Amino acid sequence: MSIRLVTVLLALCVLASGASAHAATPTPPADDAAIVHALSRLAFGARPGDIERVKAIGLAAWIERQLEPRRLDDRAVERTLATLPSLPMSIAELHKEYPRLPARDKSADPQMTPRALYERPPPEKRPIRIVAEMQAARLVRAIESERQLEEVMVDFWFNHFNVHAAKGEVKWYLTSYERDVIRPHALGRFGDLLRGTATHPAMLFYLDNWLSTRPDFTPRFGPNRGKRAGLNENYARELMELHTLGVDGGYTQKDVTEVARAFTGWTIDRPRDAARFVFRPLVHDRGEKTILGLRISAGGGQGDGERVLSLLLHHPATARFIATKLVRRFVSDEPPPALVERVAATFRATEGDIKAMLRALVASPEFWAPEARRAKIKKPFEYVASAVRAVGGHVDARAGFALARYAAEMGEGLYGAQPPTGYPDRAEAWVNAGALLARMNFALALTQGRLPGVTLDLSPLAVDRGAPDAALERLLVALLHGEASAPTRAVLTAQLTNPEIRRQTPDDRGPADTDVEKLAALVIGSPEFQRR
Amino acid sequence: MTMPMLTRRALLKGGACALAAVAAPPRFLARAALAADARRKVLVAVFQRGAVDGLSMVVPYGDRDYAGARASIAIRAPQAGDAGAAVDLDGFFGLHPALAPLAALWQSRTLAVVHACGSPDTTRSHFDAQDYMESGTPGVKSTPDGWLARAAVTQPSPTSPFRAVALGPTLPRALRGDAGAISLASLDRFDVRATSEAAAARQGFESLYAQSVHDLLHGTGRETFEAVRMLKRANASRLAPANNAEYPRSRLGQSLRQIAQLIRADVGLEIAFTDADGWDTHVGQGAEQGQLAARLRDFGASLTAFTQDLGDRMSDVIVLTMSEFGRTVAENGNRGTDHGHATAMLLLGGGVRGGKVYGRWPGLARERLYEGRDLAVTTDFRALFAEVAGRQLGIANPVSLFPGWTGGPQLGVLS
Repeated sequence: MSIRLVTVLLALCVLASGASAHAATPTPPADDAAIVHALSRLAFGARPGDIERVKAIGLAAWIERQLEPRRLDDRAVERTLATLPSLPMSIAELHKEYPRLPARDKSADPQMTPRALYERPPPEKRPIRIVAEMQAARLVRAIESERQLEEVMVDFWFNHFNVHAAKGEVKWYLTSYERDVIRPHALGRFGDLLRGTATHPAMLFYLDNWLSTRPDFTPRFGPNRGKRAGLNENYARELMELHTLGVDGGYTQKDVTEVARAFTGWTIDRPRDAARFVFRPLVHDRGEKTILGLRISAGGGQGDGERVLSLLLHHPATARFIATKLVRRFVSDEPPPALVERVAATFRATEGDIKAMLRALVASPEFWAPEARRAKIKKPFEYVASAVRAVGGHVDARAGFALARYAAEMGEGLYGAQPPTGYPDRAEAWVNAGALLARMNFALALTQGRLPGVTLDLSPLAVDRGAPDAALERLLVALLHGEASAPTRAVLTAQLTNPEIRRQTPDDRGPADTDVEKLAALVIGSPEFQRR
Repeated sequence: MTMPMLTRRALLKGGACALAAVAAPPRFLARAALAADARRKVLVAVFQRGAVDGLSMVVPYGDRDYAGARASIAIRAPQAGDAGAAVDLDGFFGLHPALAPLAALWQSRTLAVVHACGSPDTTRSHFDAQDYMESGTPGVKSTPDGWLARAAVTQPSPTSPFRAVALGPTLPRALRGDAGAISLASLDRFDVRATSEAAAARQGFESLYAQSVHDLLHGTGRETFEAVRMLKRANASRLAPANNAEYPRSRLGQSLRQIAQLIRADVGLEIAFTDADGWDTHVGQGAEQGQLAARLRDFGASLTAFTQDLGDRMSDVIVLTMSEFGRTVAENGNRGTDHGHATAMLLLGGGVRGGKVYGRWPGLARERLYEGRDLAVTTDFRALFAEVAGRQLGIANPVSLFPGWTGGPQLGVLS
């Protein structure tokens, strides 16, 4: 007992030390409800037995472990992911293994349309397979990984630095983008994410910077020989609007143009092969630039873009913008301003140390406040993952493919957000008639065992089949942790008299048999389970 | 609020009778008059997300600064025998050749264009500009609801759960609010599906959301099940496209196909919304052929199929297209265009005074451009939206749909 107490206190000290000296750190509560809350925000919901496991090590210690994901053994999930061959491949290998159009060899009918040619290879060799494997991997990890907070942050940062898989070359770059830039820094430093995305082929391609040149550049050879090229503002604008300052961060159209000039020459070497970042001085605009009042003298070369990134990283609007998004993800659709200010202060004090900001978040009373509990509507991805976890389901790669399709039907196709804003993190974007039905249908498919690759054993939940009231109570505890509202409880209790839920034996004398699967679907499709 | 609607219907009947006296009226007018009381007027909004290049969609080939600003992406001016060039509209503007199927609607005066239309706000952010256009409040982010949702709630008529519908996986900002608008991606899949006893599951879910809790989830849930029941009765998805209409398989084509099904099934649809994306052509926009041409071809074919499918019923329907802003007048370094200001919006259907390009043309000479680079806005999008919503939905004071706006001059796009 006392040893555990010491552990908790030590962990709290660690928490407090990271949270900077801006606010006295209150002790996070550690009751069951608080653990459920933490699991719903810092993980993709509780699995059976998770509350006890967290309690055993202490909530504060569990949070600290989640902040150090490399120390968590995740070999089980790695074994599942090993069945998805594209995940470890380099961009060059992906181009080779999933060619955009297979060569027209002798066996190809010369009349074949590009579409027919594309469909010649088996499905597992087509480029779209790269994206499907990425989607499957994200769901497998969200459900099975021990490194839950890291997974939450991968989702968060990918969405923040969104790229759209369907745009041109992006699908061959996607694997590396998430594996080599987003994931390694998901709990690291914001500046590394900023620099990593700025120089990755996926972002260079998605926001067109790879094509942006000084206004007077005319190529002397190649397909565009003799045609004047010039500036492309796309990346410059979204870099400030969406990645750093925020749309109200105080920049002007002039700043957009100047930033675009600074990034001329940041392009992709051998885009259809190994695809690496390269700086090409020939197309760079060497002239002087003035950005947000800062003069960048002529001749800075690649240093121009680096100075811009540094300027944006240290701009107070960036700290504020990132803090707002973090608080919206972890606390509420309407971020409490005082908390945003504290997290922004942590950003400024630590140069965007993500762990420090997360510590500030979980050390805040706002994070644990009653009004924050179940205040967020789960995004489709979160809903799907949390439902499979709640019923103790295990998944293989095949399940990942199927689950990704369900999330897409609810409106969140992974890697499928076309605009650079990514997907919204607010309730009203996800709650609508068609999507709600899709959620209910998913709940039915899950509990009725219709999802390929999902291994589900509902028998621990169904031990009370013969006693409907006890069966329902068990479900409410397991899936909603007893937090069902009175009306929901009443509706579900009334269902117990439904002959299709409570089935009598033919002679009407034997014990009742409760359709626990359908009852579980109702709970997972209920208003309460849509929240986290 | 019901008065203008009755008046309009009375006029419609009267008009048909008057026509009958002099000559055999077009069949659709007679039928429209007969069914006017059972049928509602429908406004279909199509949002071109990503900022469509209005200068390529409706080409101001007669502007002497047009071609010079766009060395590789300008659309060729109409010329006899050149099927690949712009399709002439009025001697100054032409339709992009990929929109050629719409020319028939122009000829029959059911298609109008409002050019140099856009927002008074200066933003070139897709997200903010879409937000402003959908909330109907340029520059104000705190507006809680969308302008189409506000339009829907001004209607006191007996409401159907299908009064306001968005086709797509999410409810657009324009329809968020108290209108009880629903969104759905597919009519076929709009129900509870279970291996057995789906009815029991449906009833169970319905009761869970039927509680009188006033939050987003419960409200949406209640409307959902009302809609599911109604759609089951109407069986709209059985209606195959009429008049040999062939919809593209694209998302826009399939959305419009299903909107037509809802209209033909008489489920009480008044406002429909869908969007089409892929307009953010920073690179390799193309001219008569290419990336933008492919998007426009789909756009034109989808709209054409829709009008063909609805046939006579189009007399009750207006399609209004919109986009958050236009694109730079000059092409950029990648034979594309960057974010600009004004664009062109299309209006087609019954009651449209078509065959005309509305709005003052500001010109493309450099000194006429907004911030020296973009087509200037001469028609506030709110003026167009207000006029269309007012007439088509019978809203007496449509200016009130746009808080903070005092109204503008009438365009006269509707008869």
